[in-house]
Amino acid sequence: MTSPSGVSSSGRASLRQLAGLTWRESRSARRRLLLYMSAISLGVAALVAIDSFADNVTRSVREQSRALLGGDISFSSNRPYSPGQKAFLDTLATRNKASYAHVVTFPSMALVPRTGNTRLTQVRAVSSNYPFYGEITTSPAGKWASLKTNAVALVDPSLLVALNARIGDTLTLGLGKFEIAATLKDVPGTAGVAEIIGPRIFIPERYVPETQLLVFGSTADYGTLAKFPAGANPDKIIGPERPKLEKMQLRARTVTQSEENTTDAIKQLSQFIGIVGLVALLLGGVGVASGVRAFVSRKIDTVAILRCIGASSGQVLAMYVAQAAAMGLLGSIAGAALGVAVQFGLPSVFGDFLPVDVSVTLEPAAIFTGIAIGTWIALIFSLRPLLALRNVSPLQTLRRDADSEILRMRWNDVPRVMVDVALALSVVGIALLRAGTVRQGLAISGATFLVIGILSLSAILLSWVSRKALRDGWPYVVRQGVANLYRPANQTRSVILSLGFGAFLITTLVLVQSNLLKQFNIKIDQSNANLVFFDIQEDQFLPVDSLVKSRGRVLQTAPVVTMRVAAINDRTVEQIIGDAREKITADSLARAKRGEKPLTRQESRDRQRNQARGPAGRQPAGRPGWALRREFRSTYRDKLTPTEKITSGKWFGTAPMKGDTGEVSLEKDVAEELHVKLGDVITWDVQGIQIPSRVTSMREVTWERFEPNFFAVFSPPSLRDAPKQFVLLADVPGTQTVAALQRDIVKRFPNVSSLDLSLVKQTVAKILKKVSTAIRFMALFSLAMGIPVLFSAVAATRRDRIREGVLLKTLGATRGQIMKILLAEYALLGLLGSLTGMVLAIGGGWAITHFVFENEFSPALLAALAIAGGMLALTITIGLLAGRDVFRETPMSALRES
Amino acid sequence: MLIAKEVTREYRSGDQQLAVLRDVSFTIPDGAFVAIVGPSGSGKTTLLGLLAGLDTPTRGSVILDGHDLTTMNENQRARLRGEKVGFVFQSFQLIPTLTARENIQVPLELQGADGAAARADELLDRVGLKARGHHFPSQLSGGEQQRVAIARAFANNPRILFADEPTGNLDAVTGSRVFELLESLNRESGSTIILVTHDATLAQRASRTIRLADGNVVGDSGAVAG
Repeated sequence: MTSPSGVSSSGRASLRQLAGLTWRESRSARRRLLLYMSAISLGVAALVAIDSFADNVTRSVREQSRALLGGDISFSSNRPYSPGQKAFLDTLATRNKASYAHVVTFPSMALVPRTGNTRLTQVRAVSSNYPFYGEITTSPAGKWASLKTNAVALVDPSLLVALNARIGDTLTLGLGKFEIAATLKDVPGTAGVAEIIGPRIFIPERYVPETQLLVFGSTADYGTLAKFPAGANPDKIIGPERPKLEKMQLRARTVTQSEENTTDAIKQLSQFIGIVGLVALLLGGVGVASGVRAFVSRKIDTVAILRCIGASSGQVLAMYVAQAAAMGLLGSIAGAALGVAVQFGLPSVFGDFLPVDVSVTLEPAAIFTGIAIGTWIALIFSLRPLLALRNVSPLQTLRRDADSEILRMRWNDVPRVMVDVALALSVVGIALLRAGTVRQGLAISGATFLVIGILSLSAILLSWVSRKALRDGWPYVVRQGVANLYRPANQTRSVILSLGFGAFLITTLVLVQSNLLKQFNIKIDQSNANLVFFDIQEDQFLPVDSLVKSRGRVLQTAPVVTMRVAAINDRTVEQIIGDAREKITADSLARAKRGEKPLTRQESRDRQRNQARGPAGRQPAGRPGWALRREFRSTYRDKLTPTEKITSGKWFGTAPMKGDTGEVSLEKDVAEELHVKLGDVITWDVQGIQIPSRVTSMREVTWERFEPNFFAVFSPPSLRDAPKQFVLLADVPGTQTVAALQRDIVKRFPNVSSLDLSLVKQTVAKILKKVSTAIRFMALFSLAMGIPVLFSAVAATRRDRIREGVLLKTLGATRGQIMKILLAEYALLGLLGSLTGMVLAIGGGWAITHFVFENEFSPALLAALAIAGGMLALTITIGLLAGRDVFRETPMSALRES
Repeated sequence: MLIAKEVTREYRSGDQQLAVLRDVSFTIPDGAFVAIVGPSGSGKTTLLGLLAGLDTPTRGSVILDGHDLTTMNENQRARLRGEKVGFVFQSFQLIPTLTARENIQVPLELQGADGAAARADELLDRVGLKARGHHFPSQLSGGEQQRVAIARAFANNPRILFADEPTGNLDAVTGSRVFELLESLNRESGSTIILVTHDATLAQRASRTIRLADGNVVGDSGAVAG
């Protein structure tokens, strides 16, 4: 078509033309729209930072995995190798041309005679070819090689400080003497915090006998690293040998397994933090929706003009959707940039907890995922208010209705319903994508919908109550403020929703955190003991006991007998595990017959573990029949300790033994894992002797207290004659006395280890402080997130409030009166929003504490009220800021605008 | 040609149906200059909205250049408006975020026309605002804004131009100049002009006057019998 002016027209705007128009039209709104979209930036930042960091860690673990393990396969046993185990390793070596390196790890007191100081340490006695992969660096450099030739010790730097020692000092371990040749700088495969709990000492393996520390029953881990020729596949080599290994109780870990274990832990951590990020992102979505609603109100006039001069509703919608999407993209990119910046800081926060040196690199996948999710959330949340623009009639150019009238949508409007469904599906979909399991994903999205539902209901309730409660006798300003809560175009729902959601999120985090930390502190403080001695041989018990009593109080002594489960109700451990395996094979055959997918490796591992341990089995790291195969360190006594409680059955007390079968009380979780109930008979292998015992009670044990606790406690007659060692718990006043006592004991009984619990408490306090700082950071982060969201919510009706305020001002209202009106409205909104959020948070906090951490919940009401108060103050401040704008505008400008 | 056939527009107010226009019929030939006059509340603006296809009648039909507006949906009507209709409003209705030049370009771009910028410059020159094309509406005086609005109305050479109190927000001198501009552009382009006003002086300059009172046509200076 060619018009008289020579302008040719296709009758329809091209994409380029529409894009150009969209770009120009967005000119003044870009900054505002970007501000609304910034509500999602922090959520994207969290996702990108966490995902990138998790990817960095996974990548680092993969790159360093052989160095982490030190070899291709690591074998270990907590007893010296039996002839059978030795023969197995020899055959494996001949068959696969493997070479071996050895490391024996055991605790020992270290003493520096020059200063007289002692400290409990982890000794690693290594063969000269240890490790095969990775490099252990020292200061001064190059001293690792000295282990090959001399009786030297390489120690963690913290040990030098603790012992007030220096390089060149003599260090005694048991009866062995070593020269401290260097400190350790970097040891692959151990997290920094491990050093605080027990400093490491490397010594040559061949000097272990000189220490005379490894006697019968000593706690030690005997490790062997295997190295295969290049090209060999360790998983394939060891796979067929697994049943044999299990039988002879030799653990074997390959690089792939250790990689999985390390990255699994990181994934769980990042999933937990990722959920906070996800919820923050949804909160941002709510903010975006409110902000876009404000934006839409401002655009009514422009849309009416555009419609009047020929724009179709589709073109109009496309223009604004494009603007929102572009700004959402920018907001997400800004968030991703922030996330990358945060990512670079994370290794310094979490580095101590990680076994690898994390090299921080940009992770494009994490960055793009963050930006994509952020943009999608921004788009889907803005689509709902934007849809209302379709309803703007060109007639509005001639006669302008109220904004709320124009933007009202029918509940059964098909596109609106579709957007609602897409929104709900997006929330569920992203939750599923981010959460670890389907159940978790559904629980998160379900909880989100529930919270939004309850908040919406309370907003409706507030509108209803304020309408009903309003009385003519109230002062005018209060009436006006309260009426604002239910009048058309009120902001009750959007403010309550964003405020309540923010308050809910922050309060839940704080409640869960304080609950966990409080329980920890109570349990630690309850214990009076400050010194614990262990590995005391039977003949050393009396002299140690009297030595301790000369300096302080002995609070508790316990004999310790090491044992394994041999049989349950006359079925041997091998038979029980065999049954579980058969069941799994039968299951997978049945699955194949039914045409179902075979289970993944993880699924079948979980199943195996659970079936071998019974239906209620928890899932600590381990292999099938973990509880059946583990070594139990048990005790016998006739009294319960304060850390125990009988949950079922009857405590045996001083009852005499009936026949050959003794009595045992099991900790209830381990009983579940063993699939054992009251009355069952467990036969224990106590260093080669079979001892049967009947389960006559179950106990609940508070493990967090620093006192000797046991999975299995026997009646004294059942175990009295078994070979044993002792643990002794003491309360010795004064740090100098503690140090002197430790020194004296080490000198007389080098094999007896002692642990200064005040050091452990300090260490735990340090770790807890780090954890709580991290949680506090997340709470602050959510709060930071809440502010732009709340601003957006208020912005939605800000223009109406300003217009009204200016009108009132024109009619003679004073500044004080207008402020009071706004105060009444925002105080009520703030009060209801933050209190509803708080009540919901108490419910959420209880659910998380109860179901996730399996702990008792006692809400920190003061903290919750403080947050509610803070949110109330924030709401009022934001509301009154709108009031300030009323006084910036002249009456003329507002009247001209309307 | 613009034909209104027994056009009735009712609104629901609570339980009541309020008739704002009742059985309004007339035919306006091409190139005519018609003033619709009447007191406030007589239904002038409602009639303008119906004739321009901004709204649809409860009963009756409006036929614009052979197209029955009552059988078209909103998007079809929008397209027709884009092609054949121009508007000038009392409150100018310029898009505040666009410059004067860009405001004029909009109807052309919505039509997918090429050379929109050149056409906008030509019109800016024609309305005497060549130097002000890069200014935003808020930087222009009322008279200037209305001239931009007129330029925009003529951008796509409309077959018919609707003007709703185009001088209502302007002082007498400026209003008169603006109106002269409207007249001369109309002469050049041969468009039909439908002017809604209660300014008697302005109405006198039209070739035909349709008088409304209480929703009914009470006088039509150019009525064609039958």
